[in-house]
Amino acid sequence: MGRAKLPRKSTNIDMTAMCDVAFLLLSFFILATKFKPPEALSVITPSSVSTKVAPEKDVVLVTIDKDAKVYLSVSDANMAEKKAMIDEINTSKNLNLTDAQKNNFIRIPNAYIGAPFSQLRSYLDKTPEQLQNVVKPGIPAVDSTNNEMIDWFKAAANAFEGKRMNVLVKGDDAAKYPSFQGVIIALKKNDLMKFQVVTSPVPPPLGSELYNMQQKLGTKAVE
Amino acid sequence: MDTSGGGGHKKGPGVKKGKKLSTRVDLTPMVDLGFLLITFFIFTTTMSQPTAMRLFLPKDVKDPNEQNKVKNSAVITLMLGKNDVIYYYEGDSAQTLKPTDFKKIRDIVIDKKRRTDPKDFVVVIKPTVDATYKNTVNILDEMTIDGVKRYAMVDISPVEYNFIKLTETANGVK
Repeated sequence: MGRAKLPRKSTNIDMTAMCDVAFLLLSFFILATKFKPPEALSVITPSSVSTKVAPEKDVVLVTIDKDAKVYLSVSDANMAEKKAMIDEINTSKNLNLTDAQKNNFIRIPNAYIGAPFSQLRSYLDKTPEQLQNVVKPGIPAVDSTNNEMIDWFKAAANAFEGKRMNVLVKGDDAAKYPSFQGVIIALKKNDLMKFQVVTSPVPPPLGSELYNMQQKLGTKAVE
Repeated sequence: MDTSGGGGHKKGPGVKKGKKLSTRVDLTPMVDLGFLLITFFIFTTTMSQPTAMRLFLPKDVKDPNEQNKVKNSAVITLMLGKNDVIYYYEGDSAQTLKPTDFKKIRDIVIDKKRRTDPKDFVVVIKPTVDATYKNTVNILDEMTIDGVKRYAMVDISPVEYNFIKLTETANGVK
C-alpha cells in the first residue's frame, strides 16, 4: 500500500539533563535557605491575615513571653544604636555599668534585656548560656507608676534619631493583656504612634469581607 | 535508542556470550525526588517569614471637646473576657451585655455593620486584664477581616468590668 512507514520512535527520554537541572535548583535552594537562628526566647505568635512581611532592619523588638514578661532587643546590625541606648540608660539611671557589661548587650548577637534597671548590672554580667538557665525577671511594664519601657523607648527613639525605627511587638498567645497594654502606654508616652505586631500569616476566611475585597483586587495584597 | 552500552566489536565463537546489561539508569524517580525536595525548600523558605500587622495609635486628647464624638446607636463595644469569651453590647447600655466567642463575633459585627450608617459605625474594643495577647491580636485582625474602617481600643471602665464579673459569676465561670 501507499502508506509511508513511520520510523518507530522510542518513548524514553533522556532524563539526565532534567535531573541535572533539578539538583542544581535543589542545591541552590538548600544554600539560599537562611536557617532560623535558635531563638533565646521561644514565643508562639498569634496569626493574622496580614500579608506584609515583618521588617528586619532597624528593628526594636519587644518580646512578651508566655508569662507576660517583657524583653527588649535591637537588631544586631544596629550596633551604634545599641550603644547609644545603653549609654543613655546608664547615665540617666546612674547604673555605673562597666564596658564589659555594656558590650554584653552591644556585641552579642540576639542579646536582649530582660531585667529592671535595679538588676541590670548583675543581668549583664551573665553570658547568654547562663541567661538560658536562669529565671529572667523581665522589664517592668504592667505597673503604671514603674513602667520602665517608657525609658527604654525614649532611649531607643533618641538612638534611632533620623532613621526609621521599626517597633515590633512579638507576643506569645498565652500572654495576658496588661503587659501589652503597658507596652502600648510606653509607646504613646514617647509619641511612637506606629508599631507592628509580629504574627504568623493565615489566609482570610472564605466569604469574609476581606476575602471578597482581595478577590476583587486580584491577588494583590490588601493591607 | 541505543541501549547496548558501547563496544561494537564481534566476539569470537569460542567466547561465552555474557549478557550485556544496559548502563543506562532510569532517572525519572531521581528527578521526582529532586523536584519534591525543591518544592519543600521553596515552601519552607517563604513560609518561615513572619508577617507584621501594622497598628497606629491615636493621640491622647485631654480636652473633651476635641475628642471624637460618636453616635451611641452606631457603636458596638466588644469586651474581651476570661477564657476567650467576648462580651458585647450596642450603644451605651453596658448592662445588656451578652457573651459570645471568637467564632460568632464575625456575624455579630457584620450584622451591626449592615444596620448602621457606614460613616458612623465604630467598634470599640475593651480588653480586660483577663484577656490574653492572642485575644487582642485576634480581635484586631477580625476588624481587618470584616472591613471595619473605624475601631478603637479603649481601657475598660470599672463599671463595665463589674458587669462582666457579675455575668461570669451568674454563669458559673471561675
